[in-house]
Amino acid sequence: MVSSLEQYTAWKALMVAGEPTTAWQKFYVQFYQAFIENDRWQQYINGVGTTLLVTLLALLLGIALGIIVAVVRTAHDQQRPGHRNPVLSVLNAILKVYVTVIRGTPMMVQLMIMGFVIFASSRNYVMVGALTLGINSGAYTAEIIRGGLMSVDAGQMEAGRSLGLNYADTMRFIIVPQAIKAILPALGNEFIVLLKDTSLISVIGGKELLYAARGVVSRTYEAMYPYVGTAIIYLLLVMLFTWLLGIFERRLRASDRR
Amino acid sequence: MIVVKDLVKRFGELTVLNGVSEHFKKGECVCIIGPSGSGKSTFLRCLNLLETPTSGEILFDGVSMTDQKTDINRMRQKMGMVFQHFNLFPNMTILNNITLAPVRTGLMDKAKAEQEAMSLLQRVGLADKAKNYPAQLSGGQKQRIAIVRALAMHPEVMLFDEPTSALDPEMVGEVLDVMKALAMEGMTMLVVTHEMGFAREVSNRVLFLDEGNIVEQGEPHNLFYNPQSDRLKSFLAKVL
Repeated sequence: MVSSLEQYTAWKALMVAGEPTTAWQKFYVQFYQAFIENDRWQQYINGVGTTLLVTLLALLLGIALGIIVAVVRTAHDQQRPGHRNPVLSVLNAILKVYVTVIRGTPMMVQLMIMGFVIFASSRNYVMVGALTLGINSGAYTAEIIRGGLMSVDAGQMEAGRSLGLNYADTMRFIIVPQAIKAILPALGNEFIVLLKDTSLISVIGGKELLYAARGVVSRTYEAMYPYVGTAIIYLLLVMLFTWLLGIFERRLRASDRR
Repeated sequence: MIVVKDLVKRFGELTVLNGVSEHFKKGECVCIIGPSGSGKSTFLRCLNLLETPTSGEILFDGVSMTDQKTDINRMRQKMGMVFQHFNLFPNMTILNNITLAPVRTGLMDKAKAEQEAMSLLQRVGLADKAKNYPAQLSGGQKQRIAIVRALAMHPEVMLFDEPTSALDPEMVGEVLDVMKALAMEGMTMLVVTHEMGFAREVSNRVLFLDEGNIVEQGEPHNLFYNPQSDRLKSFLAKVL
């Protein structure tokens, strides 16, 4: 009984020597060197860990930014005539610039500016990447949330205010929960985009999944298995989260049951 | 209790209220009738500043509602409002619908609010629905809950904005019964309505609004059986 490593070494030697090999032998060798040789699978696992960490951090930052931007902009638009708050007007103007700039420039460019200009001296590429992705995601999430807030019937705000609740409480307990339910599919979409966009942080040195695959490719000079493997891992992750979101959505819809 | 002075409301070019002045006393039940577009609802919504008046003044217990310095949230706590489309909060149970405002505004603690909510629900015969969501109720039930929700804040006045207009005919009665009981207890009520029967039997006074003005007002029997203005005569001829 030959060990898998001996098998691999033997068949690899055949291939290097240019001897004829079967499809099975070829597959075995390439698969082995892409995932098993030198315990490379650990690099992919670590990469997935970083990918998930960056996604989580960016998601939290994006949602926090998104809520702030959306609430400020909605509050600004909903002011009673004659009660314009100057602070709100200034904030609104700043946030509009933020949304315009972030949505108007490519994510890759933003990453490079953050990684090589603003935080050029930082070695913590993962955090810089998470920060950039979070700021980027915030601009899109803000518009999604704003759409959700505007989709809630105006009567809900009137009912809350007529009871004597202030604007913030009415938003928090009545408007935002209903808006979240309405925007969950769009938020899920944004989350999936975010998960996949974490692959971009490899350009500034973030050691996530694609970075690991690229490392393997540069050592083995063989691209197919690392990249296809990476694609499959992303696909499985997205499918997993789509399933989880579906469960969450069904739970939120509990109040719709008749 | 509520004094309205020369209230004007314009939406752009359109003048909806054209200088309305009126005085509502404590314990009165006043019905406001008139053709659609006459400004009835706008008038009611101006009273608790859901609409911002273009000009004029509203005094509630001597406090100016339109004054910039007035804490409008505090004032609104004393004015319950019931809407045509109920506007219950679909994301919470009936009990939470009722207790949210009393608890959040610091009027009472959660236990007290729930206890009170249950006794109010008992009164309108819906105690068994406390744990349900609004989507599970009929229109009439929703509107009774909406009334209870407003009452839970212990308001000094209740504003009703066409409370039965969105209901199936067979559900109108159950809502009017609750309102009638409320009026009997001496609650100050301002009711915008198309229910002439209710206006005639329950209210102390009826205002007839047309084109942003109070055209005629008076004690209901007088107003309905002995209308003075041509405008009211033709209106009553159509609705009675």
